[in-house]
Amino acid sequence: MENIFIGIASSLRGFFSGLGVPDLYNDIIMLVVKLVSILVFILVNALWLVYMERRVCAFMQSRLGPIHVGPKGLLQSFADIGKLLGKEIILPKGIDLVVFLLMPVLIFVPPLLIYAVIPFGKDMVAVDMNIGVFYLLAVASLSTILFWAAGWSSNNKYSLIGGMRSVAQMVSYELPLILALLGVIMLTGTLNINQIVNAQNGIWFILTQPIAFLIYFIAGVAETNRTPFCLVEGESEIIAGPYTEYSGMGFAMFFLAEYANVMIISAMCTVMFLGGWLAPFGLDFIPSWLWFFLKMYVMIFIFMWVRWTYPRIRVDQLMGFGWKVLVPLSLANIFVTGVGMYIYRAIGW
Amino acid sequence: MKTQTYSLNLGPQHPSTHGVFRIILELDGETVVKATPVPGYLHRGIEKLAEARTYTQVIPYTDRMDYLAGMLMNWGYVQAVEKLMGIEVPERAEYIRVIVGELSRIASHMIATGAYGGDIGALTAFTYTFRDREYCIDLLEMVSGSRMTFSYFRVGGVADDLPGEFYPAARKFLADLPGMCDEYDGLITGNEIFQARTKHVGVITPEMGINYSLSGPTLRGSGVNYDLRKVRPYSVYDRLNFEVPLGKNGDCFDRFRIRIEEMRQCGKIIQQALDQIPEGSIQAKVPKVIKPPVGDAYAEVESSKGVYGCYLVSDGSPKPYRVHFRRPSFINLGYLAKLCEGWKIADVIAILGSIDIVLGEVDC
Repeated sequence: MENIFIGIASSLRGFFSGLGVPDLYNDIIMLVVKLVSILVFILVNALWLVYMERRVCAFMQSRLGPIHVGPKGLLQSFADIGKLLGKEIILPKGIDLVVFLLMPVLIFVPPLLIYAVIPFGKDMVAVDMNIGVFYLLAVASLSTILFWAAGWSSNNKYSLIGGMRSVAQMVSYELPLILALLGVIMLTGTLNINQIVNAQNGIWFILTQPIAFLIYFIAGVAETNRTPFCLVEGESEIIAGPYTEYSGMGFAMFFLAEYANVMIISAMCTVMFLGGWLAPFGLDFIPSWLWFFLKMYVMIFIFMWVRWTYPRIRVDQLMGFGWKVLVPLSLANIFVTGVGMYIYRAIGW
Repeated sequence: MKTQTYSLNLGPQHPSTHGVFRIILELDGETVVKATPVPGYLHRGIEKLAEARTYTQVIPYTDRMDYLAGMLMNWGYVQAVEKLMGIEVPERAEYIRVIVGELSRIASHMIATGAYGGDIGALTAFTYTFRDREYCIDLLEMVSGSRMTFSYFRVGGVADDLPGEFYPAARKFLADLPGMCDEYDGLITGNEIFQARTKHVGVITPEMGINYSLSGPTLRGSGVNYDLRKVRPYSVYDRLNFEVPLGKNGDCFDRFRIRIEEMRQCGKIIQQALDQIPEGSIQAKVPKVIKPPVGDAYAEVESSKGVYGCYLVSDGSPKPYRVHFRRPSFINLGYLAKLCEGWKIADVIAILGSIDIVLGEVDC
């Protein structure tokens, strides 16, 4: 079980080299296979998360949620996608047509790029990059521009307000997010995600960096535009923010991208703070990739739990909280971590 | 740098205007410079329609005003007719009116509470209050056969006696009610973010509240002790023991909170009414064709939104010459434009929600 995916990959490679494919082409084929499987993984997972969100939400709200399409309503998301594909794409007056149509497509690019460096299990990473964390943070902030462009091109004031909010929010929360991860990077001294996971062999970083974890979690909620930081959508104020004018599949793409982003933030939480694919308490008989998904889904569940419990905060409170609380706190965390490391080395345990 | 304001058309199609209400906001960034409420999208001309109906036929129209508290809307109208004709309502009918009226008030406040949670962004609150409102509506359905537009009141009494199964069901609901209110308090009122969003937002001073003729929880949130059931008791309210919850700061939080407190008091009132209710007739002797003498009358009740009044002019014919309703939602909205100035878009939603309007009543 442990090596099932790696086994499949190496047998594929063996199959191609058996056919007499040169090594260079074989590498390229394997890369494409890996990326396509990630693509499929994200889309299936996003569909599953839509269903899960609705079930969890229904559970929190003492309702049933989708139960009729397929066994336990499992096919509801597919039915919805089928419906949305059949919808007319409405183009409002005065939009910037190219940008308007491009954004729902591009919104999926940052999540796809990010998944290339996330280790789903032991040795299960598409691209093992030395500057993995750096790359990830750089790519993750790209989606801000996409939200903003979607809002700007829609020729709708609600969309514009939403787009502006998205820029303000993501710029302010990107900072504590990165500063929180800095604590972990200081401890490990590497930007390679695989090595960060391996460094948590003895103790998970959630225990050594609890404040960083908390900051990362809060900033992560803000980054993914979910309640209590769902100001970008803010459906009771600005209808749906940047998505207001999108219909049919355009809207669905934004919707699915939101879940892809939730997955990324949860996966990052898992990798950076919860020991990634490492098995806790020596429970090695469960394969590493299963551990990764278990931890990731626990994080996703907490995201949903928060979403369906809290109200939304106001835009000025959001900025105040980000700049006056989270940023100083994360700076203090870095300082304390540094001092702690110094003392740790001075004592020489 | 040169900046300029822009106008945002909030509504009539908007998720949080509680219907088809429209506010034209003049915005500087996200801050409101000027707000212009535009009601009237649900105007059906009920007052004019009433002039072509007999006195009894008007009753179903009153349901359609505040459709969330239909019983209370019935009550104000039939009271005006009774006052005009000088009809003495039997005691049992009065008690039944109090019971169903207070149940209606609970149902209305539950929606106000839940919808306010939704306005602030906590959609879960909405489902909890709706779940509990269902029990309340079930009771009213037992009594009147209808779930929203009851038309249960009649001139001189009520349409039907309380059915036997109503009493145990009502007592069970009353036993559960404090627990429900505690749940709302735990889920919404106590939430840190909710308090940050609503405290000191949209403050109405007592003086301004009185000057703008506000009423109901909107006025009592500012600490003005004005509840018709206490200050000018009608029906049998003088025999019932209850408190009027008051706010301190007059902000959105106080207006929201006292609705939950009022629900608890409503439970107390219904409990007492169920204990005290006498046997007897539920309908006074009223002529088949209601023909009030020439003259006019004004009667008012405390509805869930505030003071609901009905002014009737009779020319001696079977149809009213003129009917006018004092709709509390509409009058409470009068202060909205001033109240919104200087706050953010999100606060406009919070303020509008805290006033708790029903568009059927605003536009009538």
